[in-house]
Amino acid sequence: MKKILLGNEAIARGLLENGCSFAASYPGTPASEILSSFVQMARSAESPAMGEWSINEKVAFETALAVSYSGGRAAASMKQVGLNVACDPFMSSAYTGVKGGFLVISADDPGPHSSQTEQDSRMMAMMAKVPVLDPSSPREAKEMVQLGFQISEEFEIPVMLRPTTRVCHSRQGVALGEIPNPSVATGFLKDPQRWAATPRYRLVLHKQLNQKIEAIADKYGKKSFLKILGGRKASRCILSSGVALAHTYDLLKELRLEDRIALYQVKMPYPLNARVVLEKISPYKDILIIEETDPVMEMQLAMRGRIRGRMDGSIPPQGELVPDVLEECIRAFVGLTVEKRPSPAGKPRRPTLCPGCPHRAAFYAIRQTFPDGIYPSDIGCYTLGLNLGAVDTVLCMGATISQAAGFYHAYRMKGEFPPIVATIGDSTFYHAGLPPLVNAVHNGAKFILVLLDNSTTAMTGNQPTPGIETLADGRKGKAVSMEELVKASGVKSLSVVDPYSLEDMTQALKEADRACRAENGGVAAIISRHPCLMDVGAKEKKKERVEISDDCIGCRVCIDDFECPAIEADPDTGLARIDQTLCSACGVCIQVCPQNAIQRK
Amino acid sequence: MKMQIGITGRGGQGVLFLTRILSETALEMGLEVIASETHGMAMRGGSVISTLKVGAFRGPLIGSGRAGVMLVLDPGSYDTFSSLLSERGIAFLNAASSQAHPHIDATDLAAKMGSPLMSNLVLLGFALGHERLFCGYSQVEEMTGKISPSRFREANLRALKLGYSAIKKT
Repeated sequence: MKKILLGNEAIARGLLENGCSFAASYPGTPASEILSSFVQMARSAESPAMGEWSINEKVAFETALAVSYSGGRAAASMKQVGLNVACDPFMSSAYTGVKGGFLVISADDPGPHSSQTEQDSRMMAMMAKVPVLDPSSPREAKEMVQLGFQISEEFEIPVMLRPTTRVCHSRQGVALGEIPNPSVATGFLKDPQRWAATPRYRLVLHKQLNQKIEAIADKYGKKSFLKILGGRKASRCILSSGVALAHTYDLLKELRLEDRIALYQVKMPYPLNARVVLEKISPYKDILIIEETDPVMEMQLAMRGRIRGRMDGSIPPQGELVPDVLEECIRAFVGLTVEKRPSPAGKPRRPTLCPGCPHRAAFYAIRQTFPDGIYPSDIGCYTLGLNLGAVDTVLCMGATISQAAGFYHAYRMKGEFPPIVATIGDSTFYHAGLPPLVNAVHNGAKFILVLLDNSTTAMTGNQPTPGIETLADGRKGKAVSMEELVKASGVKSLSVVDPYSLEDMTQALKEADRACRAENGGVAAIISRHPCLMDVGAKEKKKERVEISDDCIGCRVCIDDFECPAIEADPDTGLARIDQTLCSACGVCIQVCPQNAIQRK
Repeated sequence: MKMQIGITGRGGQGVLFLTRILSETALEMGLEVIASETHGMAMRGGSVISTLKVGAFRGPLIGSGRAGVMLVLDPGSYDTFSSLLSERGIAFLNAASSQAHPHIDATDLAAKMGSPLMSNLVLLGFALGHERLFCGYSQVEEMTGKISPSRFREANLRALKLGYSAIKKT
């Protein structure tokens, strides 16, 4: 039976069909749907396989790895920057190796569409000396789960599956197999020289790892290298992997070049069997390598001068390889004329916080209370506080708290003390906010910390957080209180406010400012708490509709400063009007309007 | 059969649901299909695009000038992606007026129906009325009924029909 599946659903299905007993993840685009699909599919197949949303990627990785140490098949999935967080266990696990098949699924985001970087996880795999499989479609991603587990168990090594956004978020008809009972853990076999190796034994493990990688290239390098297109007359060849291969295939057909150019697919870009690949491609006059995003295959083929790709500038060094970019590269490679395309007429609409988003109210109050403040922020929907001028920095998960401390120290040394208001969401706080908070308190930093608690991981599709009782599979877990964690970190000033009341929020901000400037002041925290309106689990009371009266003078405060997408200016009169199909009737704009022209009806 | 389709709008307008209906319809008809979707931050009210390729394709994205049909839920987003449309292609717009393309005020019609969020299906019905898609009205109607959540099924089908019958009148 064939079913239309999203790439991430295909991966989840592949995990279950191949007996994966445990999967762990932290949500992040484009990887989020892998874990949620895994638990849904396990439930409907009545499989005892377990999936968990872990607090962060490092924890997900380590938890799943111990299942593999015990002999069960396991997987940890994440987005590429999540692998940075899990990098420590990732590097070390290559040395210790695994028992049950262990897959690291790291979803890359060339573009980037929803990420801080365009980094290539295959490069991380190469650095760790872990084999990596690079699927070109949802269907292939599912097949590679099987291959990945096979290599992992045969060589007792973690294997990376590296899909990209266009695999994760593509839909395709995928053949479904049976979901068997998951592979049961045979039990943990003690072997301290391996699992708890001291540096002396780490050298031995490194030698073993090098031997494994060589053996894998030998055995699987040839099998994972296929000719896809090209007749005998072809004088040029293209070597490609991932979704770039799929787009290259379509382009060669569209440009009617399939007889003139041979196309080879590499399913496992690391470790490459350079001998086998070079033997096949060296007879061609010209060779082009097309891969996303870094020259991983190119670096492994020591044939400078003959091979074109990222390293000689034949393929642009950044950006997604969309069909238009690829067409230019392929035309130049074959010597066809390159047509310059007109750039699009309009700019894409920028994303905004949803109508009724509690973060908007919090940001508005922050901006109004401290117009000259410094606003470090973090990763999540609330990055869009940018639009309200209340977000100055976004670095990586949890950095807002460490950076707020850094800003404080930088200004203190100048003898200044500007208001510093750090914002962080609940899921991000649990993920990476605790160590920097303990650190900031311990080292005497003084700033205001606003925890934007909407009781969900909203940006990635409303996955549960450790702050609520619901687990990934719907079972009841233990909620870990944010208040208790903040207090236990040594924070003395803490208030909890619903930001829908701008007055309460403003009051709390002023009090926090006093508290952190007091003689024994330090970090002053505010939990700005209101459920996300997108979260189906959250129940909002039905409210009376909000309307704009004749008192509106068209000052645009509600449109420009408050930036609610449900309010627009009438193109003829310039007066504000509310789009009732978008309005959530939160009523925060009533408090924002300087003319008192917004009321409930 | 080979057809490349672009579907664009603002996040939240139902671009993903149209992508799903058309992908499932293609599969049901025994055609090869691959589609790409926008997830993540852009879904928060930003411009989003889905691309759908029916036939012997491998890659999910569409190059400039290669889309045979475009479904446009938000004319503002169309400005960003109009370069995808081929010279002989046709774009169906959710708009009160347009000089260049067949259009229907799907938002208004859906609002009058009492379900402003169903404008995506009104537009799809309208496009099907022009008989330029790879599938016919009845196939899409059946699939819409099959994959709609039960509480929206009836309204979805009414919206689809509303768009489809609008073309018969103009």
